[in-house]
Amino acid sequence: MERSPIVKAKGLTKTYGDLVAVNAIDFQIEAGTCYGFLGPNGAGKTTVMRMIYCATPSSDGSLIVNDLDVNDDMSAVKRSIGVVTQDDSLDYDLNVMNNLLVYARYYDMKREDALIRAEELIDFFQLGEKRDENVRRLSGGMKRRLQIARALINKPDVLILDEPSTGLDPQARHHVWAKCHELIDRGVTLLLTTHYMDEAEQLCDRMAVMDRGRIVTEGSPWELINQEIPPQVVEVRGDTEQRRKILEVVQDEVEYSESLADRLLLYSSGSTNLYTRIQELDLKVKTVLSRRSSLEDVFLKLTGRELID
Amino acid sequence: MKKAAPPVRLLSAWRVWQRNATVYKRTWKLNILPNFFEPFLYLIGMGVGLGAYVNDMGGTSYLEFIAPGLLVSSIMWGASLETTYNVFVKMNFDRIYDGILSTPINPKDLAMGELLWGATRGTIYGGAFWSILFVFGLGWHPGILLIFPLLFIIGLLFATVGLIFTSFIKEIELFNYFFTLFLTPLFLFSGIFFPLEQLPEIVQIIAWFTPLYHGVELSRGIFNQMWSFELLTHFLWILIVTVLNIYFVLYRIHKRLYK
Repeated sequence: MERSPIVKAKGLTKTYGDLVAVNAIDFQIEAGTCYGFLGPNGAGKTTVMRMIYCATPSSDGSLIVNDLDVNDDMSAVKRSIGVVTQDDSLDYDLNVMNNLLVYARYYDMKREDALIRAEELIDFFQLGEKRDENVRRLSGGMKRRLQIARALINKPDVLILDEPSTGLDPQARHHVWAKCHELIDRGVTLLLTTHYMDEAEQLCDRMAVMDRGRIVTEGSPWELINQEIPPQVVEVRGDTEQRRKILEVVQDEVEYSESLADRLLLYSSGSTNLYTRIQELDLKVKTVLSRRSSLEDVFLKLTGRELID
Repeated sequence: MKKAAPPVRLLSAWRVWQRNATVYKRTWKLNILPNFFEPFLYLIGMGVGLGAYVNDMGGTSYLEFIAPGLLVSSIMWGASLETTYNVFVKMNFDRIYDGILSTPINPKDLAMGELLWGATRGTIYGGAFWSILFVFGLGWHPGILLIFPLLFIIGLLFATVGLIFTSFIKEIELFNYFFTLFLTPLFLFSGIFFPLEQLPEIVQIIAWFTPLYHGVELSRGIFNQMWSFELLTHFLWILIVTVLNIYFVLYRIHKRLYK
């Protein structure tokens, strides 16, 4: 299906003094899809988001959102997007309902429209019981849901989620993800940053893997895993001598290997055989496990570092 | 690439004002009471108590002498508190501005909204003070109506002064310096409690460059119905400095919040 890009960046750069936070990156996000920026802390993901929602000016390059240059009319750009910041920016002086209504005023929404919309969102995010509660007394998951609800008050075309599930318990994470899926189904373009590969795999149609201000690779999660690394991996925890021996014996079957501080990763096209062969060596290594390759492995291969450090 | 900041829009500034009003509406009954006690205490303590020892204030009682200046000082305290501590907390601790700025509101709109709100708080302080003066029977004449627009303008002036200071500091503790080394001297040496003529000339010259002095003179002139050209110059001073300060503070806040 042919879709038009809703966000286009070319040579997008952000510097703070000598520090290059985002280094001449290009990307295009198609309307109605979910696009993710994956990378460790400090990779530049949040800075990219902040440039898109006009919280910070770009230093160089161009950035077009909804056919508008972000440096031309900040207000117009912000009018078409909703933002869920990484640190919760709810208005702690107001209750749940007023957080939505006061926010609606910033978009110059009429009071009657705002009331209807707020009710819809309270319903959608299951916050009905808490409508008159002070925001301080909400749980982490509810706060996040309210933040997403608030970002949707103006029916934005693009919803930006900066680490939407960081700090949430597994149940709350799944709740947030389910809501994200519903939003995608309704045609909202989702743009998120995360350092969890399961989150990226769950939600993203396409994604960019970022490291040190650059995009190191780009594609669908499935493409990235398929293109960059063999589909299966065997993890071995053992000492240097054991690792050396294993590599020596099975190297004919290993397409690519990675030796980390605590474990050895052996990538291959079919692991069952590899796994059995290592077990049969009877080297008494601590653990051997076989699993599917993940985005974390892609990241490791491309940057030589683990994702969560 | 960085471009010139978009101009301030009053409708958006109004949205920020409304947000603050919504928050204030929840607690105003608790908030407003001290605004009445304070003038009452000052007037009893200084006007009546100290006033018993002060005889010659050029034909007026000491109470009448200090009341117009105290009124203006209450605006100063009210507006300053709003654009210093309260703005700092919203900007740095509660992240409320992060939320506001991701909507169509831009930094300059936000700053203008806070200035208008600071002026409003100053007006509430001043208005409460005035009502106590009224009860004391001070300034019962039609000319007193001029004091009301003045409450707001002086409030706006001090809102800009506070916000300029806030736009420069990174630590909330630094407000102690602003209050102790700037506002308190203004309070004591702007002619509220004694005429400046009895201090060295240099103090009088310095006072001319400070905001509270002109407010006090203007207020006293209106209360005592001493209409003069000098009164107009005090008013113009306040007006011009307020406008210049607004331009400067919008520039500062844009620079602080959009980088």
